Amino acid sequence: MKELNGRIISKGVVEGEAIISKSPISFLGGVNEEGIVTDKENELFGKSIANKIFVFPSGKGSTVGSYVIYGLAKRGLLKGMVNFESEPIVATGAILGKIPLVDKVNIDEIKDGDIVVVDGNTGTVKIKEQ
Amino acid sequence: MHLTREEEKLYAGEYGEALETCMNLLVSLGDIYGAEKLVDISSAQVSGVSYKTIGEKGLEFLKDLADQGLKASVPTTLNPAGMDLIRYDELKFPKDFAKKQLEIIDCFKRMEVEISCTCTPYLTGNVPMFGSHVAWAESSAVAYVNSVIGARTNREGGPSALAAAIIGKTPCYGYHLSENRLPTQVFEVDMELEDASSFYGILGRITGRIVKNGIPYFKFKNCESVKNDYLKALGAALAASGGVALYHVEGITPEAKKGLEINGLEKVVIGKDDFEKEYDSFKTSEKPDLICIGCPHCSLDEIKEVAEFVKSENAKFNADVWVCTSIHMKSIADRMGYTKIIEDAGGKVVGDTCMVVAPIEDMGYKNVATNSGKAATYLPGFCKSNVIYGTTYEILKKATE
Repeated sequence: MKELNGRIISKGVVEGEAIISKSPISFLGGVNEEGIVTDKENELFGKSIANKIFVFPSGKGSTVGSYVIYGLAKRGLLKGMVNFESEPIVATGAILGKIPLVDKVNIDEIKDGDIVVVDGNTGTVKIKEQ
Repeated sequence: MHLTREEEKLYAGEYGEALETCMNLLVSLGDIYGAEKLVDISSAQVSGVSYKTIGEKGLEFLKDLADQGLKASVPTTLNPAGMDLIRYDELKFPKDFAKKQLEIIDCFKRMEVEISCTCTPYLTGNVPMFGSHVAWAESSAVAYVNSVIGARTNREGGPSALAAAIIGKTPCYGYHLSENRLPTQVFEVDMELEDASSFYGILGRITGRIVKNGIPYFKFKNCESVKNDYLKALGAALAASGGVALYHVEGITPEAKKGLEINGLEKVVIGKDDFEKEYDSFKTSEKPDLICIGCPHCSLDEIKEVAEFVKSENAKFNADVWVCTSIHMKSIADRMGYTKIIEDAGGKVVGDTCMVVAPIEDMGYKNVATNSGKAATYLPGFCKSNVIYGTTYEILKKATE
């Protein structure tokens, strides 16, 4: 089991399957309310992040992204997130939505489909199964 | 983070749970990003207003804050709503959408947030002083206020800007500190600048993708034609295709004028080829069913440009034309006669909203023409529309064909 150390952004612990976007994402216009990626320029276009751990380098675009993350979290669709660098827009959504978020992690170590544990209390990401 | 005794009390919930929630968010962000303290803000701009963007959960969140009697403690302006708050019936906005939208507006009104409903608060009276601290959401306004005005804000999310507005403070980190406002990459534009905001939208899209959340420093060949409307378009596109909060333009923006060190930075040259490639990505044979001007919201000058097009071309529009702006600009446009000219030709001067945050996909629009690099970035994913891109003249011309 590999353990990646990062920074605590939002507390809580969650285990789930990782889904990776290599490029930054704007939640407004980038992810719809069912959790489907709608940004045509993103490699995950058409795929769902629902019930998964969403791993992406950083946020971009609209400041309304916080509300999109909050809504997805409140409806139980978004379980947790891992970033290379979380910007305040993403951090705010995770904190208010009460889902774990850890950043300052080398996200290249995580592969699509890995089972990971995001521990927002210690700021670590454990890769259980690759 | 160091808190004053008064701030400690807020954080400990001594003034009630609602204020504690706001304070908790600010302190969490401050701790994460290494702020040493909170800093007083002179104004706030709050995003997350359209029912289409924040949905039912967002409405519940706002109701909760408003019901607990929270109020903004500094001058606070508001982002566009999902509809024209006066003419929503006439413009055929869905009735159930309108009902929810009015509920959201009521929450903000109760919190004493100015129901300005514009993404260009810097054109309507929210004009901070150079170097002052503010907490602004709305990515395009963040880019403008940091870069063109030289006030200081991070890219606040909608809820964190609201929390800052209520407390009157924001954690002092990131773009509030001089050392974090230095350029990270130089972009040399190796061609004559075009005298059109659509040109700056393309430039912003190209460079935003490269610079991501860095700070671009632009070198232009000829600066004479640059104006505020173009900087508005540039920042909006930069903040949509990238995560840009601040940019500098040599000889134009205030911090660049004071002198910034660019030796040793990576330099990227943007030329005609890059522009052509970007324009090509919008080539479509579709005919627009909606032509939109005003992302970010039109200045009076941009509304006048549409009125002058109508006059000089003796135009009658065969497709729907929306000129999106603030209620402030619309009032002056009404008085100047621009609104009448545009509406007699079949267009609409739409207040409070825009093509991105209005539910246009539910109103039957599929092919949207725009002169905005920001709108062109959001329309396909968020509004399920095809984009037809061009200058104001080009897209208005399509509406007369």
